[in-house]
Amino acid sequence: MPTLSANLSTPVSPEPWQEGGFGLYIHWPFCQSKCPYCDFNSHVAERIDQTRWRDAYISEIRRAGAETSGRVLGTVFFGGGTPSLMQPDVVASVLEAIFDTWTPANDIEITLEANPGSVEAARFRGFREAGVNRVSLGVQALNDPDLRALGRLHSVAEARAALDIARATFERVSFDLIYARQNQTLSGWQAELTEALSMAADHLSLYQLTIEPGTAFGARHDRGLLRGLPDDDVAADMYFATQDICDAAGLSAYETSNHARPGAESRHNLIYWRGGDYIGIGPGAHGRMTFSGTRYATDTPLAPGAWLDRVARTGSGEANRDVVPPNEQALEYAMMGLRLSEGIDRDRYRRIAGQDISDTALARLAELDLIETSDATLRVTRKGRPLLNAILRELLA
Amino acid sequence: MTDPRYIRNFSIVAHIDHGKSTLADRLIQLTGTVAERDMRDQILDAMDLERERGITIKANSVRIDYPAKDGHTYVLNLIDTPGHVDFSYEVSRSMQAVEGSLLVVDATQGVEAQTLANVYQAIDADHEIVPVLNKIDLPAAEPERVKEQIEDVIGIDASDAIEISAKTGLGIPDVLEAIVHRLPAPEGDRDAPLKAMLVDSWYDPYLGVVVLIRVMEGVIRKGDQIKMLKTGAAYKLDRLAVLKPSMTNIAELGPGEIGVFTASIKQVRDTRVGDTITHVKKPCAKALPGFKPSVPVVFCGLFPVDAADFEDLRTAIEKLALNDASFTYEMETSAALGFGFRCGFLGLLHLEVVRDRLEREYDIDLITTAPSVVYHVHMKDGTMDELHNPADMPDLTDVSHVEEPRIKATILVPDEFLGDVLKLCQDRRGIQEDLTYVGGRAMVVYDLPLNEVVFDFYDRLKSVTKGYASFDYHLTGYRQDNLVKMQILVNEEPVDALAMMVHRDRAEMRGRAMVEKLKDLIPRHMFKIPIQAAIGGKVIARETLAALRKDVTAKCYGGDATRKKKLLEKQKAGKKKMRQFGKVDIPQEAFINALKMDS
Ligand SMILES: Nc1nc2c(ncn2[C@@H]2O[C@H](COP(=O)(O)OP(=O)(O)O)[C@@H](O)[C@H]2O)c(=O)[nH]1
Ligand SMILES: C[S@@+](CC[C@H](N)C(=O)[O-])C[C@H]1O[C@@H](n2cnc3c(N)ncnc32)[C@H](O)[C@@H]1O
Ligand code: SF4
Ligand SMILES: [Mg+2]
Repeated sequence: MPTLSANLSTPVSPEPWQEGGFGLYIHWPFCQSKCPYCDFNSHVAERIDQTRWRDAYISEIRRAGAETSGRVLGTVFFGGGTPSLMQPDVVASVLEAIFDTWTPANDIEITLEANPGSVEAARFRGFREAGVNRVSLGVQALNDPDLRALGRLHSVAEARAALDIARATFERVSFDLIYARQNQTLSGWQAELTEALSMAADHLSLYQLTIEPGTAFGARHDRGLLRGLPDDDVAADMYFATQDICDAAGLSAYETSNHARPGAESRHNLIYWRGGDYIGIGPGAHGRMTFSGTRYATDTPLAPGAWLDRVARTGSGEANRDVVPPNEQALEYAMMGLRLSEGIDRDRYRRIAGQDISDTALARLAELDLIETSDATLRVTRKGRPLLNAILRELLA
Repeated sequence: MTDPRYIRNFSIVAHIDHGKSTLADRLIQLTGTVAERDMRDQILDAMDLERERGITIKANSVRIDYPAKDGHTYVLNLIDTPGHVDFSYEVSRSMQAVEGSLLVVDATQGVEAQTLANVYQAIDADHEIVPVLNKIDLPAAEPERVKEQIEDVIGIDASDAIEISAKTGLGIPDVLEAIVHRLPAPEGDRDAPLKAMLVDSWYDPYLGVVVLIRVMEGVIRKGDQIKMLKTGAAYKLDRLAVLKPSMTNIAELGPGEIGVFTASIKQVRDTRVGDTITHVKKPCAKALPGFKPSVPVVFCGLFPVDAADFEDLRTAIEKLALNDASFTYEMETSAALGFGFRCGFLGLLHLEVVRDRLEREYDIDLITTAPSVVYHVHMKDGTMDELHNPADMPDLTDVSHVEEPRIKATILVPDEFLGDVLKLCQDRRGIQEDLTYVGGRAMVVYDLPLNEVVFDFYDRLKSVTKGYASFDYHLTGYRQDNLVKMQILVNEEPVDALAMMVHRDRAEMRGRAMVEKLKDLIPRHMFKIPIQAAIGGKVIARETLAALRKDVTAKCYGGDATRKKKLLEKQKAGKKKMRQFGKVDIPQEAFINALKMDS
């Protein structure tokens, strides 16, 4: 039997996406108010016909399921926007459709992003009953004036209360903080982070404030009116202080801005960083899917109404499906994978790109102590982490 | 052929913007030389660049038929000359080709530095000079004061000065009459062997090289076999014409006449301004006096921004050189900038004009290195080298001394800015030669090193005087001084394109300014970068560009991959555009901006 002997003699590598896993992202594009720093696809709407949204999601789940049946679904992520504004019964119906469509992994992770207001906290029970087993709370800051400066509607007290309810309700809880804020000092952040760690369960997302074009902060910044932002040197100091404090607390960074106890990482987000397959459903949701060895990038209309219309009219929310050629796949793999402390698999990179990363670039960066290489892996050092973009430019130039 | 008695040849001398081009337009218009529908402003400035900058680069000429009040029709030949110091040799040739000048002075401004420089050339050429006060229509015009000024400063009688407005046309008929009655007619024996002066030449894509001449003696005809005395080259005249200002064929030109010919001359390089043209058979006995080839005084490197454009640049430079004999070039390689050309120019304006044309007409983005003058490097063995590129400065141990070119600069400035001007000249190692007052304004004469002027002297002068100063200069000679080569080291490696010659006493200041500037222009890298200025092995200024500490995207999830990837690709493309220097990437703007001194 020639086929069998061939299989026996050549070790079969899994398709690249299989090393990254398979998950489903669902985008809920509404918020109670728009935060001035936020460039997510989020909108404030007066009335939302939740039934219509439910039906559209379910229709998309069925469509996507038709071409991926047989795959085991590892994760579901309700992101936003503010998905905690969804009615729990809508979340329940959507999850029902999902379980109906794919075989869930035994340990399937189902995350929902929640704002820590009292309205949302009241719904936690319902989300839990619908099947959500992990929440990520947007706490953002631990003092009220700073929360107001960030345009947040909740107070620290509300956030603490929401966090307590969440911890009592869900197996896994994470929360987000934004630092390097206006007028924040290094010592101020150190104290705030220490306090946060005392509240934390086993996962934290710690983001440096990014001034995004097209946001209210972006416009203010362009006019020179956004004062008191820490300069890059202070921001770098804050980054390193964050690593030190979290390491000591046992919540080391497993990704540029994400910290967890070993085993408590966000499995859904790991799919992105490890170059797995994910379906994106909802307005502005992106996907990456591999079919018979060809990888595709998909996207959908950004505007909520346009997406709903498209789903209703054409039976598919997908606006584009483009082949991602090997060189771009390799770029994405390195760009996403090097965010992880585990780094990337050099052999896998080689298989995707058809060539190795330049030795001279590797040697130069290693000499500067910015990367670490072995035969099997390439990873960014602690010193290199806040310089990842510069490292990527060098590596991939 | 016109009887010389009815010919008047003249030029117009003026400071920039005093109205030379506008007056020429009016003369052409009033005499009906150009049909009304073909008339446009600044008609004699043929090149786009000339129109845009309001400067004349090439000499041009126009023949005007004027029926004077005395009943005779006169032929008036106006030669329009470049007014800028860079082209002073060309100007002096043009002046030799005519007998008189209209001295145009803006009645609201008075005499300026270029008025003086140009009028002295007219006086040197023994011109009859008719003062003309322009812009009399403006309320600020002060004709009486300006007349006094002309008499005081220039020393010519201004009582008969004509008051005009070139804009409204007021007084133009008086100018025409004055040309006829106050300027002398040319002289010359029409039976003598041909003797004509080559005034200028240019390349025309349809006609080839066009030569502008003034006949001194004898007669030139279409089909003649002629030769040029300096170059020795002989040609058969294809075409003989006068410019009205469009080319109008003519059978012959006699003494006193001005016209153009073509003769299948391939390159402007084959012609020399000031050369004498005569017949192959029966040549004239003596050449016209004063021929001198023009020599470049300012050099700089021109490199394509995109290395792939090198061959295009070569083609463009070769083409341009065909039409500009005073521009020189040779290939140069720079470790920092790759392949390019080291080019020589008559001055800074000439440099700018050539660079502009290369960028504009040939669509090539260029990096221009610091302009450098020509140094005379005297070696210990008694030989002398001309140094065109600071990077080529020989080892100091072999050098006896270095000489640099000096200029005599004349600056006219309102009193209130005098202090700043004196300080500027003093800072630039100037030696004051004269300070007088000209109708309420100071006139200072300085002996300055050209090296200090080619940097940004003119820009500084404009800014400290809010544009109220006028400036002119001419080269006077070479003088020894304490001149050294300053190198710039980036990350311990010398960047050849940034090397410059400086006076030892000014080196620290220059070096400091340069390293500070570079510190702002070079982006932070992942390691710290020392930036140093050094003379020989000695560091005289140092800055350290701190290492980049933060450049990372805080949030990057599934939806961000596409956008982030595009950004990275764009940055990669941007990086490719930088010049790699050792481990350091230097953006092109750094080379351009580092050399602008704006302190
Ligand atoms: N008011 C007024 N403006 C004039 C007169 N003659 C020239 N100008 C203006 O002065 C400026 C410079 O004139 P131009 O002929 O280009 O000067 P050039 O540099 O000597 O050739 C232009 O804006 C002209 O329109 C005049 O008689 N009266
Ligand atoms: C989609 S938002 C979270 C959802 C939820 N609506 C919320 O705001 O709590 C994901 C997280 O990104 C972070 N984030 C959003 N915009 C940011 C910015 N401009 N700079 C830094 N972090 C930002 C916030 O911490 C936010 O919680
Ligand atoms: S940060 Fe969260 S709550 Fe604020 S606008 Fe963005 S998605 Fe909505
Ligand atoms: Mg002009």
